[in-house]
Amino acid sequence: MVAFAPLAYLVAGICFIMALRGLSSPETSRQGNNFGIVGMVIAIVTTLMLPGLISGLSLTLIIVGIAIGGTIGAVTARKIEMTALPQLVAAFHSLVGLAAVFVAIAAFYAPEAYDIGTRGNVRVGSLIEMALGVAIGAITFTGSLVAFAKLQGLVTGKPLVFNMQHMLNAGLGVLLVLAIVWLCVSNSTVALWIIVLLALALGFLLILPIGGADMPVVVSMLNSYSGWAAAGIGFTLENNLLIITGALVGSSGAILSYIMCKGMNRSIFNVILGGFGGDSAAAAAGGHAGDRAVKAGSAEDAAFIMKNASSVIIVPGYGMAVAQAQHALREMGDVLKKEGVDVRYAIHPVAGRMPGHMNVLLAEANVPYDEVFELEEINRDFGQADVAFVIGANDVTNPAAKTDPASPIYGMPILDVEKAKTVLFIKRSMAAGYAGVENELFFRPNTMMLFGDAKKVTEEVLKSLDS
Amino acid sequence: MTSQELAQQVANLQAALRSLNAEADRLAMETANFATGAADAAPAAGHSFFITGLTVFALACFVGYYVVWRVTPALHSPLMSVTNAVSSVIIVGALIATGSTAGFTFSTALGFLAVILASVNIFGGFIVTQRMLAMYKKKQKK
Repeated sequence: MVAFAPLAYLVAGICFIMALRGLSSPETSRQGNNFGIVGMVIAIVTTLMLPGLISGLSLTLIIVGIAIGGTIGAVTARKIEMTALPQLVAAFHSLVGLAAVFVAIAAFYAPEAYDIGTRGNVRVGSLIEMALGVAIGAITFTGSLVAFAKLQGLVTGKPLVFNMQHMLNAGLGVLLVLAIVWLCVSNSTVALWIIVLLALALGFLLILPIGGADMPVVVSMLNSYSGWAAAGIGFTLENNLLIITGALVGSSGAILSYIMCKGMNRSIFNVILGGFGGDSAAAAAGGHAGDRAVKAGSAEDAAFIMKNASSVIIVPGYGMAVAQAQHALREMGDVLKKEGVDVRYAIHPVAGRMPGHMNVLLAEANVPYDEVFELEEINRDFGQADVAFVIGANDVTNPAAKTDPASPIYGMPILDVEKAKTVLFIKRSMAAGYAGVENELFFRPNTMMLFGDAKKVTEEVLKSLDS
Repeated sequence: MTSQELAQQVANLQAALRSLNAEADRLAMETANFATGAADAAPAAGHSFFITGLTVFALACFVGYYVVWRVTPALHSPLMSVTNAVSSVIIVGALIATGSTAGFTFSTALGFLAVILASVNIFGGFIVTQRMLAMYKKKQKK
C-alpha cells in the first residue's frame, strides 16, 4: 500500500501530459480536457487516502473548502464573457500564486506534516525550495493582480514608469536573495515573512510598467511563473506529481511568452523592462499628424465592394473584442459566402489580449475553425485577395514594421493587408494603435476608412448586403 | 587406528567446530552491524530526494517543451486555461496542510484557505476550458 500513492500520482501526471497533448488539434482537445479532470480527481483522492490525513475536523474543513472554492470557480467560469477571458485567466493565476504561498508557509509552521524536519529546525534543502516557492508564488500573486486590473480597465493600460524603477526592482531582488540566505541559515520566521513581503512588492512593481499591448506576454509569463511555483512546492513536499505538473505548466507558459515576443519582434527582457508605448508614442504621434487626407466611406460602399469581390480576408483585432462585434462579423461572413465570396479570417499571433484570444472569440460566434488562419498560413494570399477587411486591428497591419527602422514596431511580423486590392478599415477614429504609431496604410489610395463602432458598422454593412 | 587416536580426532573436530561457531557469531554480528548501518544510511539516501526530483523535473520540462510546441496556435487560449487548472494540483499540498496537523493550528488555517483558492481554480479552469473547446466547430459539409 505504501507504493500506491506515488503510482497514483504518476498516473495523474501522465493524465496531465495527455491533457496538453490533446490540444494539438480541436478534435482531440475535448478528450484532453477530460484527461486533465481525471488526473486532478486521482490526485485529490490519492492525497485524501494518505495515512493519517483524515480526522473529523480536517475532513469537514476540506469538504467545506472545496465546496466554497468549487462554487465560486464554477459560477465564475460559466458566467464569464469570452471577451473577458484574459482577465479571468490573470485572476486565476493570482490564486495559484497565493495558494503556493499559503502552502509553503504552512509547511514552514508545521514541517512535521510534510516530514521535512521539526518546527524551527527545517532541513536546509527544504528551506531553499520553500523560499523559492514562496517568492515565485508571491510574485505571481501580485503580478497577476496588476495584470488583472490593467486588463479589466481598473488601472490605466499605459505603462507606469518612474525614475529609478529598475534600480528599485534590482535592489528588491538583491534583498530577496539575502533574505532567502538568512532564512536558510537561521530558520527564522521573520526571514520567511520578509521574503513574502519583498516578493509581493516585487511582483507588483515588475508588472506595473508593462503596457496594455504587452499583456499577452505578461499573461503567459505569469502562467509560466505559477507553474514554477508549483514545482518549487513539489520539491518541498517531495512530491513528483507537483514537480511534473509545475514543469509542464512552466514550460508551456515560457513557450507562449516566446511565441508572443516573436510576434512582436521584441525580446523578453525588453517586455519585462517595460515602458513600451509611453514616451515614444507621444514623439511618434507628433511627427506627421493632421494634414493628410484619408478616404472615408460608408457602410453601403463597403457592402458593395465586398459583394463584388471574389475573395475577402477578414483581419480581426482587439477592437472587435471590445465592441463585441464577432457575432455580427460572422453573419456578415455568412451572407458574403452565400453570394459566392470566399471568406477567410487571418489572425496575428498577438491579436487580442492573450494568446489565441481571437480564435476563441470567432469560435464563440460559430466561425468554423478551418476558415481561420494563422499569419504564416495566409500572409501570401493577401496578394490575390480583393478585399482585406480590418476590424479593430491596427498595429499588426502597419507596413512601417517593414519599412521604417525608426518605428517602435520595426521588425514585427505583420499581416500584409496592403497587398489586397482594397483595404477596408473599421476604426473608431484616427487615433494611433496601442504601440502609439501612426499607420501609413490609412492614407493609401486603395484604403477606405469606415469610422465608427466596430459592431455598429458591421451591422450596417450587413443591412446593406441584405437589401 | 587406536581408540586414543580416535578420541584425539574427535577433540580436534570439536575444537574446529567451536572456532567455526565463533566465526559464525562474529559474522552475524558484523552483518547485524552492517544492517544497522544500512538502516542509518537509508534516510540519508531519502534526503537526496532533491536529485530524484531534479531528474523528474528536467525530464518533465522536456516533455512539456515538445508537447506544447505541438499545440495548434488556435488553441493557445484553452492551453492557458487548462495549464492554469492543472497547476492547481498544488491543492495536494493544501490538503496535507489541512489534514495532517492535530487540532486547528495556523497551518490548518492556511491549508484551508489554500484549498479554497485551488478549488476555485480547478473548477473554474476546467469549466472555462470546456466551454471554450465546445465552441470549436468544423465547417459544416454542405
